Amino acid sequence: MSILVRNVSKRFGDFVALDDVSLEVESGSLTALLGPSGSGKSTLLRIVAGLEAPDTGEIVLAGKDATALAPQKRNVGFVFQHYAAFKHMTVRENIAFGLRVRKRPKSEIDERVDELLGLVQLHGFADRYPGQLSGGQRQRMALARALAPEPQVLLLDEPFGALDARVRAELRDWLRRLHDVVHVTTVFVTHDQEEAMEISDQIAVLNHGRIEQAGTPRDLYDRPASEFVMTFLGDANVVGGALVRPHDIELLAAPEEDAVEAMVVRVTFLGRDAKLELHDADGGEIVVLLTRDRAEELQPWRGQTVWARPKRDRVLARAG
Amino acid sequence: MPRHALRLAALGYLAAILVGPLAIVFWRTFENGFGPAWSALTTPETAHALKLTLIVTAIAVPVNTVFGVVCAIAIVRRRFPGKGFLNAFIDLPLALSPVVVGLSLYLLYGREGWFGGWLAKHGIEVLFALPAIAIATVFVSLPFVAREVVPTLREIGDEQEQAARTLGASGWQTFRRITLPSIRWAVVYGVILTTARCLGEYGAVAAVSGRIQGRTETATLRVQERYESFDLAGAYAIAIVLALAALAVLAALTLSKSRARAA
Repeated sequence: MSILVRNVSKRFGDFVALDDVSLEVESGSLTALLGPSGSGKSTLLRIVAGLEAPDTGEIVLAGKDATALAPQKRNVGFVFQHYAAFKHMTVRENIAFGLRVRKRPKSEIDERVDELLGLVQLHGFADRYPGQLSGGQRQRMALARALAPEPQVLLLDEPFGALDARVRAELRDWLRRLHDVVHVTTVFVTHDQEEAMEISDQIAVLNHGRIEQAGTPRDLYDRPASEFVMTFLGDANVVGGALVRPHDIELLAAPEEDAVEAMVVRVTFLGRDAKLELHDADGGEIVVLLTRDRAEELQPWRGQTVWARPKRDRVLARAG
Repeated sequence: MPRHALRLAALGYLAAILVGPLAIVFWRTFENGFGPAWSALTTPETAHALKLTLIVTAIAVPVNTVFGVVCAIAIVRRRFPGKGFLNAFIDLPLALSPVVVGLSLYLLYGREGWFGGWLAKHGIEVLFALPAIAIATVFVSLPFVAREVVPTLREIGDEQEQAARTLGASGWQTFRRITLPSIRWAVVYGVILTTARCLGEYGAVAAVSGRIQGRTETATLRVQERYESFDLAGAYAIAIVLALAALAVLAALTLSKSRARAA
């Protein structure tokens, strides 16, 4: 089911949470709403779910105006950052909730819940209470619960935000694989650009209640529409008046055309890459990421003079 | 040493203020065995007084439970004009002397009162009858359920309710399956406190009931009446029933507290 957000604005008192936001989400895609805290990304998601009403503008779900529709009639699944587990129900009862309130026959409910328990790998935990599960397990339960009534849209509000780094990465991969199997139109909110880049088909970058840019991860990374998008999606340097990503800088041992003279201040090996911090003649800092092979070729050392040149077709913008 | 002294002081204070008088009531009641106490309790007037107290409690507790839960949800979950006023108003019966409550009912339902004339014309008795006693009791026991439920609702937050809505639950289903189970121990606790207050109410009821023996006399009023008629055995026997009810309430409170902690 496609989602259309048309000219939506929302204020909380004096605070403008969303300012004339429009966005189109294709049916079956996985879209990330990416932005810093307070950018309005969660508010936008909650408006799509019907948990908040927009002051102006409209929400169109599958071609039908859903702006005034109550959340229980929108057929959306919602996953909360802090799980919102029903504490007084077992895992099985939690997952069955959406089917029970729809008064589905018991045999159908049992079958569907078993299927979902398998999908989220919680088979052995069906009779436990949420309090007896780890954070990652609770979030998988919440996902199964949201998917049980076969929603047309799955909305996730910082779903991995409360989990530690390893579980986060695991669940992130798992969500991508799940999406490839289930194909439900999915929108998730995150402030983690890596997370957004890694699993989504489309990213909408929000800042101060506006969408700065929406597009594929590649588009946004290589052709950012604003300085905000550019810096939010990754580091960027000014090298000789050109804005460029750290791994799109060539280092040369001798002066060449367009190359800027700089001094190596610090060398750090990060495993796969080496990170070099340079100072140019004006004292401006340049961060360069080199592949391991290139770093071994160059053998950089502290105090060495090098020449930095942006790779020609990778310049993001000209700095003013 | 100071720890022992502190404990001793606390226990001594409790003994002097609470346990001592209660023990004396027990002792006095059963001084001459169970016989006199039993016959004092089974006089028609006393039996009626106990029955009336139970009836009034059975009216006031459900009314205030429903009202308390609805008010708590309104205060915590909704935004509406006059919310601050409602929040403050709920505490009024705690601050107001029950006698004042009784007096205000007089002003409303007395023959010269706002509704009194109209009600008298239609043959509805309020004052010096069950309705006035029930209204007075409802008034003084109003805050307890709401006051217990409000902090619990705040604590659990509304995410579970929102999750239920997105899963297709209607407002009533959400209340029935999510909100109510989450606040059930707070409601139980509030109901117990309300019950205790209803059983023990004296001042407001004294003002509006007319104290007609065998008709509008509640258990607490009966204790006073027996005492003033120099029937100490009778007074003590009813007092014992009320005291036992209080102890039962206390036990229920303790139990529901430990259950609530376990849940």
